Amino acid sequence: MAEAPVIISEVHYERLKYILARLCVECAARAVFLVDRDGQPITHHGEIGDMDTTSFSSLAAGNVAATSSMARLIGEDEFPAVVHEGEKESIFISVIGRSLLVVVFDQRSTLGLVKLRTKKASFEVSSVFDEVIRDSGALHGTANSFFAEITDEDIDSLFS
Amino acid sequence: MTFINYASREINCKIVYYGPGLCGKTTNLQYIYDSTAPQAKGKLISLATETERTLFFDFMPLELGTVRGFKTRFHLYTVPGQVYYDASRKLILKGVDGVVFVADSQEERMDANIESLYNLEENLEAQGFDLMKIPYVLQLNKRDLPNVIPSQELTGELLRKDEPVYEAVATSGDGVFDTLKAVAKQVLTELRRG
Repeated sequence: MAEAPVIISEVHYERLKYILARLCVECAARAVFLVDRDGQPITHHGEIGDMDTTSFSSLAAGNVAATSSMARLIGEDEFPAVVHEGEKESIFISVIGRSLLVVVFDQRSTLGLVKLRTKKASFEVSSVFDEVIRDSGALHGTANSFFAEITDEDIDSLFS
Repeated sequence: MTFINYASREINCKIVYYGPGLCGKTTNLQYIYDSTAPQAKGKLISLATETERTLFFDFMPLELGTVRGFKTRFHLYTVPGQVYYDASRKLILKGVDGVVFVADSQEERMDANIESLYNLEENLEAQGFDLMKIPYVLQLNKRDLPNVIPSQELTGELLRKDEPVYEAVATSGDGVFDTLKAVAKQVLTELRRG
């Protein structure tokens, strides 16, 4: 079967949202995203506008996956951070275990500030995410009973 | 892997369309994209070469609706089919919840189908998955072409377990949603099993 699901509780979700909100202010970012390494968006904060955040998350994960493979080809274990600098908007991606912290910033901030502030937030995200993974096992039992209630009709109704 | 967010009441799953070059993986996604209501889908992202061959992956998020108060969102990916993009294929299989193998029914593509299916098994294994245990559907595409192998023969060569098999013509949409429905159903059923 596929891997066991990652289950994010409301408590962990709020803590992650708080870390992102604070980071966004501290580094004067336009927006901050937390993304799973496999491309699943977890949460975000900031000026999103009509940005397709799901696609953005998937592409960020694809980007890191590609650069990590390139790193291994040249004998590095991993690039812990990926930077894309544009004329007006830039992106800084910090790799934190199985998640990615993605900061979108413009002329209101600097790469140095973003790197500095993201480092501290990365530790916090890492700590919460460790708890998420640890608790996913325990929550899995609850989730199982929830999913056990799903009927074939429920699933079929998604396609009607 | 499936992501369940209790706070935003969302279930996110990842489905990968696999198969040899030019078998119609992107066409499957394009048809799903064109036939879905705007509010149920995100953008269709194609990382393609200048000649529109998939370079890294195609991606589209698709919201199917609500199950017991949880929004179910499927992230649909295709892999590049050309043999030399194997590194990219491996990356895209990371965290997969379900796989669709799109076979090209044309006689001259039989070897490519077998090679790609073998490659799928190998790459799944490299990511810690077993094709025999993962939600999986076989699609026999391009059934409208004149030089196709009979379905029974094709199925005989490519069937790996008791997976559902669908004939399809992705360009006109025949079998496209049946395939998607079959794999999505298996993914959700797998979650129910725990």
